[in-house]
Amino acid sequence: MKQVSTIEGRAIPLGLKNVDTDVIIPAHWLKTVSREGLGKGAFETIRAAPGNPFDVEDFANAPILIAGDNFGCGSSREHAAWAMLDMGLTAVIAPSFSDIFAGNAFKNGILAVELPQEQVDRLLEVAAEAELTIDLENQVVTTPFQDRFEFEIDPFRKRCLLEGLDEIGLTLGSDSEITKHEQMREGTLPWLDKPKRREAA
Amino acid sequence: MASKPRTLYEKIWDSHVVERLDDGTCLLYIDRHLVHEVTSPQAFEALRLAGRTVRRPDLTLAVPDHNLPTTPRVDADGLRLPIEDKQSAAQLAALEANAPAFGIDYIDATAPEQGIVHVVGPEQGFSLPGATIVCGDSHTAAHGGIGALAFGIGTSEVEHVLATQTLQLRQSKSMEVRVEGPLGPGVTPKDLILHIIGVIGTAGGTGHVIEYRGRVFEEMSVEGRLTICNMSIEGGARAGLIAPDEKVFDYLKGRPYSPRGEAWGKAVAWWRSLATDDGATFDKSVIIDAADVEPTVSWGTSPEDVVAVGGIVPSPDSFADPSKREAARKSLDYMGLTPGTPIEDIPVDNIFIGSCTNSRIEDLRSAAQILKGRRKAANVRWAIAVPGSGLVKRQAEAEGIDRIFTDAGFEWREPGCSACLAMNPDKVPPGERCASTSNRNFVGRQGPGSRTHLVSPAMAAAAAVTGRLADVRKLGTCQEAGG
Repeated sequence: MKQVSTIEGRAIPLGLKNVDTDVIIPAHWLKTVSREGLGKGAFETIRAAPGNPFDVEDFANAPILIAGDNFGCGSSREHAAWAMLDMGLTAVIAPSFSDIFAGNAFKNGILAVELPQEQVDRLLEVAAEAELTIDLENQVVTTPFQDRFEFEIDPFRKRCLLEGLDEIGLTLGSDSEITKHEQMREGTLPWLDKPKRREAA
Repeated sequence: MASKPRTLYEKIWDSHVVERLDDGTCLLYIDRHLVHEVTSPQAFEALRLAGRTVRRPDLTLAVPDHNLPTTPRVDADGLRLPIEDKQSAAQLAALEANAPAFGIDYIDATAPEQGIVHVVGPEQGFSLPGATIVCGDSHTAAHGGIGALAFGIGTSEVEHVLATQTLQLRQSKSMEVRVEGPLGPGVTPKDLILHIIGVIGTAGGTGHVIEYRGRVFEEMSVEGRLTICNMSIEGGARAGLIAPDEKVFDYLKGRPYSPRGEAWGKAVAWWRSLATDDGATFDKSVIIDAADVEPTVSWGTSPEDVVAVGGIVPSPDSFADPSKREAARKSLDYMGLTPGTPIEDIPVDNIFIGSCTNSRIEDLRSAAQILKGRRKAANVRWAIAVPGSGLVKRQAEAEGIDRIFTDAGFEWREPGCSACLAMNPDKVPPGERCASTSNRNFVGRQGPGSRTHLVSPAMAAAAAVTGRLADVRKLGTCQEAGG
């Protein structure tokens, strides 16, 4: 996993609620076998409309996106996170996130920062003219106007992000625990083991 | 194990915890992993790059469904037909190569057992009650209908499960959706779940696992339960559950991967012990009166935008929340609808009967019952029926259901995800309206500019024959419309 500590820069003030993963990356972009190059399709329908915030020159290469409630709802496609990364986004601020998107964002080193709606509204205002700073270590979003909004983050995810830990590598460190569980399971729930396909009875 | 009364979710969770970390994160063992062509290639590639193997290929099953065309897959001589779209063909080829390379059972695109992964899992007895089931697809929630803890995961998690057979997770909160009283005539499980999402909202279940409780679910068929749990994700919940019972055990008995002999008896005994204990508590509880549920239709671009078929297109001003007002205005603009229009006055151009929500045999029977002896209206340009699996298709053909569909002017297709998600050739053209038995009415979901109205199979059939969104109860033969 990529190491993440502080993210500084302009934030695209999208503000929309219920941005689903079909909006983040439409399904026709999912026919790839790679994680790269999906930025071209990111937010395709929104970017097709004239005057959308992605077109504003100040926001070119902005690392932060600000959205409304329930960001990333819908499909589990991790392509949504890959597409955002590919267009240069490394953090999203919203009042709430869908569970699956929040997980996918984390796995790709995208910070999903949850703040109350009033604070998100204030940041949407500030974003129009100034840069934001997200400090993961201290769990705080700040602006040049002395705004200071603290956020919560799962301690496990925080550690993984700060240290750039490989989650699979970490889990494989528990290999003997997994094996122990498998042995226990063979005894107590044996039908779950080694299912064999047979002709239907 | 804890002696306090536990919910179904807590019992399954507790029995699968490998390790509990100090911060509350758990390493959870995964019993069944379903893999399809779209969300797996990057995971296999990453395994290869890291020199890792699949820990438990025996607990993994691969089947293509998402981008497969639903047109015939073999020619008259039984030879396989090529897939025109090069990217789709490459993605399918990747799964065909990855499955055997990593020792995983693979159901070929031309096999009679092929189908939508969430139809195939229970149908093959690969999905079992009390099991933890994951798949790189959010509608994995469906398997909760047989009492499995099943949820969608991203591709990095697919890789994690392939490599370790576990996931690092925090336990979700528990939520009860209790439905009181029986459903009225012509009201199906699809109408009920659309109504529930309308009540709780698309973020109502975020952070929670929903257990659906009440007599209505006990009396519901297993297929209806799969429909209910399937759309839990549309209510924000990663998983939905219904307690496994005799109906589920009867459904699973003798299926290809189901346990047999002595193992079957042991399994059933454990499954019976899983139901939520008396006195167990939920973090959140929602009570729905079944008498309030009517045949239901979506009008907007979020699954929470639903209304009874006898209702009208709502005015954005009718919403108290200003952001919801704004969203409704945008939705109505996209959908080309005027507030105040009776739902039954909305004409439709396309009909899609299929998807992991509604493509099982009961769904097709329920639509066929309405279509029998009728034809699609002249203004319906395209009507398509897509069975959830090759076995469902065979069964339907044995019952003559395919003829009812084709006589009514429907195309009868090969199994797959089809027009649910616009990544294969089945798409709804821009600006056109579709009465669809799928699960999402998002902007562009069925194709750029497509306008989706989510309905039950019987309601989709009613829309086909009347040429507009219609109340199936007015067409007769609704008394048995299940699905």
